[in-house]
Amino acid sequence: MSNLFIPNPKEAESIHILREVAAQFERPVLLFSGGKDSITLVRLAQKAFFPAKIPFPLLHVDTGHNFPETIEFRDQLVKELGLELIVRKVQDSIDQGKVREEKGRYASRNTLQTTTLLDAIEEFKFDACIGGARRDEEKARAKERVFSVRDDFGQWDEKNQRPELFDMLNGKIQVGQNVRVFPISNWTELDVWEYIRTENISIPSIYFAHKREVFFRDGLIWTANEHVYREPHEKVIEKWVRFRTVGDMTCTAAVLSEATSLDDVVAEIRESSISERGARIDDKRSEAAMETRKKVGYF
Amino acid sequence: MDIQNRKLIKIATAGSVDDGKSTLIGRLLYDTHSLTTDKIEAIERSSKQRGYDYLDFSLATDGLVAEREQGITIDVAHIYFNTDKTNFIVADTPGHVEYTRNMVTGASTSQVAIILIDARKGVIEQTYRHFFIANLLRMSHVVVAINKMDLVDYNEDVFLKIKSDFDALVVKSDFEEEQITFIPLSALKGENVTRKSEHMPWYVGNTLLDHLEVLEPEDLQESTAARFPVQLVIRPKTEAYHDFRGFSGKLYGNSLSVGDRVTLLPSGTESTIKSIHFFDQELESASPGSSIVLTLTDEVDCSRGDMIVKSGEAPKSEKLVSATVCQVNSKPLQVGQKYTLQHGVNRVLAKVERIEAKVHADFSGTEDSDQLKLNDIGKVHFKLSKAIHFDAYHEAKPNGAFILIDEGSFDTVSVGFIQ
Repeated sequence: MSNLFIPNPKEAESIHILREVAAQFERPVLLFSGGKDSITLVRLAQKAFFPAKIPFPLLHVDTGHNFPETIEFRDQLVKELGLELIVRKVQDSIDQGKVREEKGRYASRNTLQTTTLLDAIEEFKFDACIGGARRDEEKARAKERVFSVRDDFGQWDEKNQRPELFDMLNGKIQVGQNVRVFPISNWTELDVWEYIRTENISIPSIYFAHKREVFFRDGLIWTANEHVYREPHEKVIEKWVRFRTVGDMTCTAAVLSEATSLDDVVAEIRESSISERGARIDDKRSEAAMETRKKVGYF
Repeated sequence: MDIQNRKLIKIATAGSVDDGKSTLIGRLLYDTHSLTTDKIEAIERSSKQRGYDYLDFSLATDGLVAEREQGITIDVAHIYFNTDKTNFIVADTPGHVEYTRNMVTGASTSQVAIILIDARKGVIEQTYRHFFIANLLRMSHVVVAINKMDLVDYNEDVFLKIKSDFDALVVKSDFEEEQITFIPLSALKGENVTRKSEHMPWYVGNTLLDHLEVLEPEDLQESTAARFPVQLVIRPKTEAYHDFRGFSGKLYGNSLSVGDRVTLLPSGTESTIKSIHFFDQELESASPGSSIVLTLTDEVDCSRGDMIVKSGEAPKSEKLVSATVCQVNSKPLQVGQKYTLQHGVNRVLAKVERIEAKVHADFSGTEDSDQLKLNDIGKVHFKLSKAIHFDAYHEAKPNGAFILIDEGSFDTVSVGFIQ
């Protein structure tokens, strides 16, 4: 047989999952952070429904402490693909008195996002929230389902999860419940980067090495600016860095890097000896930090 | 090599408490440099806190707080590692009696099973159960990893005794001898995991990793008739694609090509494949596993849950089905109960007509039972509201399995393998 198409099995699986979301739910939404995983999701969704448009909107929970490069990129992408973008701000949740800003050395709005997200789910009656989490990121996420059922409070009951057999996905839910969907569950960080390179997908510039004002704390490299608490003795220096994950400025550390192209980045990831979430300050709080946050509705 | 052409091997692991399963996986991760510095540091920190004088690799895989406290694995965890040639996905499934559910789940998405045996204990009741499930799910290949050889002085006789005990089980199964491989190893010491052991010169086979790497995904996949369950109808309604009406889905069993004569089920309408799309590419043929969009030469009635097959290769279409069922929920399955049956992406209503027998998950036969409790396996007869289009599980896996969804809680309560 000539020209037999051989699929990339992980890509084919993700597309299958996204189509199941569109078929099984009434109001799905894609949680978009501007990071490489959610950008990959957007490409997969394009592929799943082509030549039709992506049949759900994007939701960005804006902490107000995002890297400006990410926001710029987000707006450009949405414009190019003609997508619907919904933005909900953590600042609004703070102003409404629903959450209180953290203070001090490790202050971050990362945990506060959960309230804003749950409010948005209620406001728009979303029944499925598609996210770019991967099982290889963190040990509690390794146990996450592809269709993960959450109760009215957004809580994750890790001991009572629906088994997922073969590739049959059960998205039936009660009123008030919703499902978090993770189409790239089975991808590794390297898979994502290799995919971005193969597909030539554009990503925010902060993923590539650039000069930045930073300071060192606890062996990690922090961005120096007005959103990040800094003690007087923590000296600001200029370094060549890049980011491996793009979260809130207050909880995403940079890595020293000279990788200026996708080839460089892929090579760096292969050689790297620090895992991706190793640069996430929020996970260092305790051994069970991620599990604890997931139980109360963190994405 | 990158993601497009590195091969993918999916593995399910099974072992009893303290067989060292998590240690084995930790060792594979460590030796393939898949554990990063910060993860190793976390393991060192935790091992030290617990007062161990060795690195407890199991801490890398046991993800949930309850598991770390009890030192056992409760839920299926997915672990990823790769070598230059191969991507591996490991479904680490707990092996206690009460967790049959988890092994069935992990095995359903895997091609290869690794069954761990503690060299000091040999083949035990748990081993029977693990092998029974590997057999029930028709895994393509089984590796029997005889662990803790360091604790039996790397004695060949121990290995041979376990192998011969296990061979007695193989005879009772549907497996051929060449589908089973025995490897003596020590996960803790790293012997025969990725490095050939100097202590076991009598073993001439591959290390575990070398063995897993020579497996070919094509050989692990069964080739049957092409099955294309329709997930969604794609209708862009845009200028450029005004009349486009495509059927999206994932292809199973065999390839499909433009020009193939096809039959739509349940209508029985025949048509011809006009085009095959994958994103912006038009394909001549697609192989199984592809998530594609098909268009047909005729205006046909076809929607989600329908199935497109090659004409002359129709599956069975019936309203009465009998299946081997594994109960994966604490609510028991009983005669007269109604469920939503999900077969692939198609849903119908199903009523339990009769429970023929409960099957002992250790090859020791069957017994009468009027219900199936959590982790029970049984032969069950169902009556459906509409015919489904299936193959027997032993002939075509993806088109021969279904799940049952409880009408009240909507939980997935059973998995069935159609006979």
